[in-house]
Amino acid sequence: MSAHGLNGRSRADTAARIAADIPDGSYVNLGIGAPELVANFVPEGREIIFHSENGILGMGPSPNDNEIDWELVNAGKKPVTLVPGSSLFDSADSFGMIRGQHLDYCVLGAFQVSARGDLANWLTNADDAIPAVGGAMDLGAGARNVIVFTDHCTRSGAPKIVDSCSYPLTTVGTVTAVYTDLCVIDITAEGLVVRELVDGVSFADLQNVTGAPLTLPS
Amino acid sequence: MVDKLVPDIAAALDGIPDGATIAISGFGNAGNPTDLVHGLIDQGAAGLTVINNNAGNGHVGLAALLEAERVAKMICSFPRSRDPVVFESLYRAGKIALETVPQGTLAERIRIAGVGIGGFYTPTSVGTPLAEGKEERVIDGRRMVLETPLHADYALIKAWKADRWGNLFYRRAARNFAPMMAMAARTTIVQVQHIVDLGEIEPENVMTPGIFVDRVVHIPVPTDENALHDAEQAARKAGEKQ
Repeated sequence: MSAHGLNGRSRADTAARIAADIPDGSYVNLGIGAPELVANFVPEGREIIFHSENGILGMGPSPNDNEIDWELVNAGKKPVTLVPGSSLFDSADSFGMIRGQHLDYCVLGAFQVSARGDLANWLTNADDAIPAVGGAMDLGAGARNVIVFTDHCTRSGAPKIVDSCSYPLTTVGTVTAVYTDLCVIDITAEGLVVRELVDGVSFADLQNVTGAPLTLPS
Repeated sequence: MVDKLVPDIAAALDGIPDGATIAISGFGNAGNPTDLVHGLIDQGAAGLTVINNNAGNGHVGLAALLEAERVAKMICSFPRSRDPVVFESLYRAGKIALETVPQGTLAERIRIAGVGIGGFYTPTSVGTPLAEGKEERVIDGRRMVLETPLHADYALIKAWKADRWGNLFYRRAARNFAPMMAMAARTTIVQVQHIVDLGEIEPENVMTPGIFVDRVVHIPVPTDENALHDAEQAARKAGEKQ
């Protein structure tokens, strides 16, 4: 049970839920941290091509200890492998793929997401926070579908889905869907539409732990 | 005869003055010219502006250059790492300036500096604190901000193979920022694991044409920054126990 007091699903289950929605043949970038889990749950028979911002298409899983190559790392600087058919390129081309809207999906973590699809995930308001953005603004602005993978509430129980982000923004209005331990929400022109609730959680429960108005699909 | 090979690191780094802007390639250990960076500490230039994706890890490589207080300003996308202790303490003490640039904007600003372009409009950072003060336009229905070229006096990069004309081949994901840094710098200095004869790199496989390269130094066994970091951490822990 989390700070919101509801029985949500595990991060692995949320990752699997995201993977189930990514169609065969998609080009996908997974952000550092929890989003990386999505790669473990690609359904049988689906070919998903993973992009890494530092210049890889066709990124494979972690290597065995005896196969680590420190010149082949992911965005988190952890060792990875290449799958047959992979390609390698420089950072300008890699971010050209991102900014140029060639990626079908990116999956990012969040501090906050707003009802109009703004994302805050790079900087807190702490006085001594050091601004470190990496590729998050490029991914959030460039991928055709920007999926947010997050716990529904913070560790202290505060909603992460809010009317308006109080943290500095990463992108404006680009998030297309949010997958949490409690639900799947689509961000539409009409606002936050709850596509799915996990078993045992009611719409009223969800609204109680969400900082912006929710609707059900019409 | 064109021969860009130099005998050692000191020759490779000769003439870098105080106050220079230096672009350093690498993403984690991949493509990181650690031996040139350590050489720069010995060379002595100070008051530097350094362009790198990150801001050093532990107390080795770029972090060691920072710790020696040779760097006045970092331009990077992500001044955090596994162990960002040196940058953070300098930054919090007000001893180093920071310009944070989104990673794709960083790559493109370096690239356009090398190819004679005066600016570009990008959707990245629109509506965020990093767009403050920048000209904004709507182009093709997307809000975009104007970004300008990021030139360097010197680039320090690492490649797998080079010939005496300076043609380069990079291995695996070690390419990252190196090709655009080689283009953007007035003087590009490369540490390379293998020196090969002209023609040995198939022309189709030359990733950075030699026109962008000035000095090549052969470092057959480069410093492994991760291993050095781990050894340095172990030594520190052992020291604390005594």
